[in-house]
Amino acid sequence: MASKLLHRVRAVSARLKYSRTLSPTLAAFASSRLLSDVAPSASTSPAPQSSGSSDKFEHNAKSSSVRSSLKDPELAKFSAIADTWWDSGGPFKPLHLMNPTRLAFIRSTLCRHFGKDPSSARPFEGMKIVDVGCGGGILSEPLARMGASVTGVDAVDKNIKIARIHADLDPVTSTIEYCCTTAEKLVEEQRKFDAVISLEVIEHVADPAEFCQSLSALTIPEGALVISTINRSMRAYATAIVAAEYLLHWLPKGTHQWLSFLTPEELVLILQRSSICVKEMAGFVYNPLTGRWSLSDDVSVNFIAFGTKNSQ
Amino acid sequence: MNRFIRKSFAVNLGGIRVRSRCLCGAAAAGPSGSIRQSNHGQEQQCSGTSIAQYDIAIVGGGMVGMSLACSLASMPLTKHLNVAIIDSNPALVNGIRINKQDPPDPRVSTITPATTSMFRDIGAWQYLQPYRHAYFDQMQVWDYTGLGYTRYHARDVDKDSLGCVVENKVLQSSLLLCIQNADFQKRIFPSRLVSMSLNPGLKSKQMDGISSEISRADLAKLHLSDGTCLYAKLVVGADGSKSQVRELAGFKTTGWNYSQNAVICTVEHASENQCAWQRFLPAGPIALLPMGDNFSNIVWTMNPKEALDRKSMTEIDFVKTVNHALDHGFGPHPTSSLLGKGNIFSWFGAGVPTSGNGGFEIPPKVVKLASERMVFPLSLRHANDYVSKHVALIGDAAHTVHPLAGQGVNLGFGDAFALSRVIGEAIAVGMDIGEASLLKKYEAERKPANIAMMAILDGFQKAYSVDFGPLNILRAAGFHAANYISPLKRSIISYASGEQRLPLFT
Repeated sequence: MASKLLHRVRAVSARLKYSRTLSPTLAAFASSRLLSDVAPSASTSPAPQSSGSSDKFEHNAKSSSVRSSLKDPELAKFSAIADTWWDSGGPFKPLHLMNPTRLAFIRSTLCRHFGKDPSSARPFEGMKIVDVGCGGGILSEPLARMGASVTGVDAVDKNIKIARIHADLDPVTSTIEYCCTTAEKLVEEQRKFDAVISLEVIEHVADPAEFCQSLSALTIPEGALVISTINRSMRAYATAIVAAEYLLHWLPKGTHQWLSFLTPEELVLILQRSSICVKEMAGFVYNPLTGRWSLSDDVSVNFIAFGTKNSQ
Repeated sequence: MNRFIRKSFAVNLGGIRVRSRCLCGAAAAGPSGSIRQSNHGQEQQCSGTSIAQYDIAIVGGGMVGMSLACSLASMPLTKHLNVAIIDSNPALVNGIRINKQDPPDPRVSTITPATTSMFRDIGAWQYLQPYRHAYFDQMQVWDYTGLGYTRYHARDVDKDSLGCVVENKVLQSSLLLCIQNADFQKRIFPSRLVSMSLNPGLKSKQMDGISSEISRADLAKLHLSDGTCLYAKLVVGADGSKSQVRELAGFKTTGWNYSQNAVICTVEHASENQCAWQRFLPAGPIALLPMGDNFSNIVWTMNPKEALDRKSMTEIDFVKTVNHALDHGFGPHPTSSLLGKGNIFSWFGAGVPTSGNGGFEIPPKVVKLASERMVFPLSLRHANDYVSKHVALIGDAAHTVHPLAGQGVNLGFGDAFALSRVIGEAIAVGMDIGEASLLKKYEAERKPANIAMMAILDGFQKAYSVDFGPLNILRAAGFHAANYISPLKRSIISYASGEQRLPLFT
């Protein structure tokens, strides 16, 4: 059943790639990672895993130049709003609002797993963390303030530039390493991290299973992986698509494709096959009265999962 | 550019370490440095590389500002912060000497049990304990019409006390000792804030192209009257009702001046007073607060002309008018029932334990004046916003209330603790502490509470500024209701002791 789903997801994502137009608020949710992760792999589409990674990466390099010529109007559009990544009232507002809640989950799960002091101001001191699909760095910077040595990767060059400039404003965050690259490329460089974090990315990649393999390959044995995404539930359809896109206009119509969402069960299964054991899962709920997000047991719309890599 | 930032950061760190060690040295040098800096001279004095950077700059080292510093120093998530305290009051560097033998200072605050427990949490209570502080467990409020009164007892809310009266200088010195003994990176600047730029890097770049300034774009830059400049991620305005930070940040305020002044002084009784008394007179309320050792504090609200008269009259005459105002003056003592024998409120209280509602009592006589008389104008002022990027207002800078129930400073302490908690939460999730969205959380928490208290106190003030028969009866009925309907009474006491929000406003 899962494989059937994956096929469907793949097909949908490939379709998506060409039909969708990128607009400011799409980027807010998708964080432009769509471009970074989808573009290369979608063009190689169902390329069998055995085809050898080096081939694939060469292809990536080629396709990225193809991509920029193809997607020029969209890249231009995105570049125009990339400057607003750090405007907490701007197009990325939904992400800014959600950020403290996501970080609270990451803080508590990682502190527990790595035995760090949760009352410390810099609990992640000495830990290496990678933020896959870092966008303008709104997750990378808090992680760095919490003491981690952070690597932020994003395939969109402009994002990386914005992230770099912003991080340099504060000596604490200026230590972040930003690279315009992909998870696959990091795997090839044999980079390893204590924790791998990729938020709101997987629903936009062409092949979630392959993506999870890469994330897992970046994680040290007994290391941690955190992924967040949107559930493929009726409520998610009603809230993330109908309400957010059509009624509230938080996101442009067509931002999310319901069929490309993963249910928590599917995510657990995919991660299991990548030697990641999911230990904890939580939902995000939005309170329209306070305008704030909070953690809950309700995983029916937005959810976040924490897993650890098997020791072997 | 990167390298430059790291370098200057290293310099800053070094500077800070040295500075916190030679705090005493700076202290000695502080007050002697004359303040003759004028506005135009600052820019030249602030050279790019030597400017120190702080996490938080607290402008105003009064009770509220210091309580913020103490609270930050006491929490594991915030104690690493590097804080600048800006206040030209020499006491901050020289310390405050309190002679226990002196009669109490007339400037006092009634701190609520909620504030007391906050002081314990931040570790300042141990420094307050040795000095004079008077708990009271009873309160009587009545008015001049003789129609109503109400008596509260701490037992009504299962508490030991309703509040504690402490001299401001004792509060201030305990907070100062607390911060001095805390393991905390702070520096006191004995100076005044002159100007503030909230986007300094960008501006300077356009003006004179100093590239070093770009790296500071995300900080506030402060210019002090002694020519010092400093950068801070967050500037906290704790500089009172005429807040310079509020003006410089361009926050608008709403409010009005009451055409009233408060006369305050310390008085002495023949025996110890253990109850807080408040009587509403035609021109405003008079309050008599126990100070311990036969002393009480008086806060008497009246029109400005009267206030001047009362201040200049002889001591003997003044004591006479005080006793008159607290006893038979302006009207008779209230009787315990409003409408003769058939008291309409008596059956409300029937099912509820009366918990020692004593009858009406007359306050103890004042025998002599024990301090000078001071006169303060009263006003109500509320900042429309408490926060913007890099700026937050706390205490009187955000809201000045009628001193009617001694709530002003408690609201300020509430602000300080709320702000430090919000900062701690932000640090827990790695946020930039100057971020407006974070600061908004503080505002959302405090504004409703402060506005509710202001509205209640203002309403009280207005209700008593009119002497009109039917209204007097209504007010008296209000007192009776409050005296007899226990749940209502309980919630009023809880509210006044800072423990809960009035259900109406939540």
